[in-house]
Amino acid sequence: MKTKMLKYGVMATFLASLLAGCSSTDTADTSGSDVMSVPSSQVSTGTVDSSGVSGSSLDADSSVARVFYFEFDKAILNPEARAALRIHAQTLRANPVNIRLEGHADERGTREYNMALGERRANSARDFLVQEGVNGSLIEVISYGEESPASLGSNDASWAMNRRVELK
Amino acid sequence: MKKLGAVFSLCLLALIYPLSVMAELTIEITQGVDNPTRIAISPITQNGSTLPEDIGKIVDADLERSGLFRPIPRRDMLSFPAKPNDVYYRDWRILGAEYLVVGNVDNRGGRYQINFSLMEVHSARKVFTKVVEGPANQLRDLAHYISDQVYQAVTGIPGAFSTRVAYVTAIPVNGKMTFQLMVADADGARERLLLNSKQPIMSPAWSPDAKELVYVSFETGRPAIFRQNLATAARTQLTNFRGLNGAPSWSPDGKQLALVLSKDGNPEIYTYDLLTGQFTRRTTHFAIDTEPNWTPDGKSIIFTSDRGGSPQIYKLTIATRRVERLTFRGSYNARPRLASDGRTLVMVHRDNGNFHIASQDLVTGDLRVLTQTYLDESPTVAPNGAMLLYATKQGNKGVLAAVSLDAGVKFLLPSRRGDVREPAWSPK
Repeated sequence: MKTKMLKYGVMATFLASLLAGCSSTDTADTSGSDVMSVPSSQVSTGTVDSSGVSGSSLDADSSVARVFYFEFDKAILNPEARAALRIHAQTLRANPVNIRLEGHADERGTREYNMALGERRANSARDFLVQEGVNGSLIEVISYGEESPASLGSNDASWAMNRRVELK
Repeated sequence: MKKLGAVFSLCLLALIYPLSVMAELTIEITQGVDNPTRIAISPITQNGSTLPEDIGKIVDADLERSGLFRPIPRRDMLSFPAKPNDVYYRDWRILGAEYLVVGNVDNRGGRYQINFSLMEVHSARKVFTKVVEGPANQLRDLAHYISDQVYQAVTGIPGAFSTRVAYVTAIPVNGKMTFQLMVADADGARERLLLNSKQPIMSPAWSPDAKELVYVSFETGRPAIFRQNLATAARTQLTNFRGLNGAPSWSPDGKQLALVLSKDGNPEIYTYDLLTGQFTRRTTHFAIDTEPNWTPDGKSIIFTSDRGGSPQIYKLTIATRRVERLTFRGSYNARPRLASDGRTLVMVHRDNGNFHIASQDLVTGDLRVLTQTYLDESPTVAPNGAMLLYATKQGNKGVLAAVSLDAGVKFLLPSRRGDVREPAWSPK
């Protein structure tokens, strides 16, 4: 079963890289410019089922939540988010590394307002980390607004998943 | 070699698939006026021989899409006159036609010249005869010009059939989104790809001469504002600040952009001088200020702000820096656009928890909800102020829809694949 999945994964990766590799030829045909300048994050890859794999060299914080959720049109950190961020702050104080806080909104409301809202949410998380002693210059904040939903449905459950900040 | 061939055909597939499937948004009229004007467009041919484009059919479709006309089907016509002198009015009275358009095409050294006339059937009177000419590859433009002239003569409002629409599509490919910036004619024909990216594309806006677009692209890993010429595809990155770089809006004189930057800590409205490259901060408030749009006189900027506790529309007079709140009804009013009269404000308005498009008369203050679809956003008004396009959801798919400013006419532009969003109607 696993080898089969792996095969599909590899196949999908191969197809994806073919597609990604050739899409730069769009330019000539469409007289549009084609933007493929960030290959590492842009190449789409297949998934490999690794549920049976156990590792031991995992980041100490991997068990702590890295996604924090918000109310509609709000940027206030809930108690769970604050507890998780406090642990991340501890780790970052001991072991300073660059991190990225990505703010998101659900699809309701307007796109540019949601960009601002996503940034406000990520800023809440950043301000909290700084307050907990993390060096602010290590933190990059970026908002995706409603452009990069975690869940694609148009319902309360999906919207709740999408109003979030991701620590990366 | 074999492998190369396979790669090539895959590339070709990737290249053609999204375009051919997406091409030509079809239009479903969901609501028209009660008594649309009956008009007949006699076939417009080159002395009886057909042209690469059926001019009459294009005019038919334009007028029908306005919701104000119900064209008489060609199969019902008793005669096909091409000149005013050929018209037997009796043939048209029987069909209930109020107006009739006749025309003929001349080919003059590769350029087409169309003589066309509008006739009023009841009074057996010629309203006008006009001429339009252009190259063979612009037959559709000639047809839209005829539609504009007929629409204006009958309704008194200039037509907007010769305009274009820019929009963004998001298409899932291998489980990831591909974003495309597209431009098509206002009737959905001649769709063209301007930009293809694996990262989000947002907020397209036209230059006042309709030759360029500005938009937000995440291709650098962060949002940045780009400017792109439609004819040459030449593009320039205009901003690269920390934080938001968004919501560009071109000033009516073409010299400046209004836009949003959060480089100073929170989102503020700036203007950007396209000649000098200078940024000037225009708002100073700790709340969210975003979605700027110029008033037609270029003296003020309307924008969304939650400085009052919820998103509402405000107006900034640039010379005095005075900020005035424009909307008071409802707890969410955002993404304002003004019709060219400078008086009709359209926006996203939350009504009983649902997001709809509403218009507000800035003189009387009257607010009217224009749409009843689901999750409506991004309204954009046609340059003639008769109709607006917006984005909505049909099932789980983003589609474009249109509604007349009097809410009497409605139509949908269903998408066959992926999400279509953020329409921007060209200013000319």
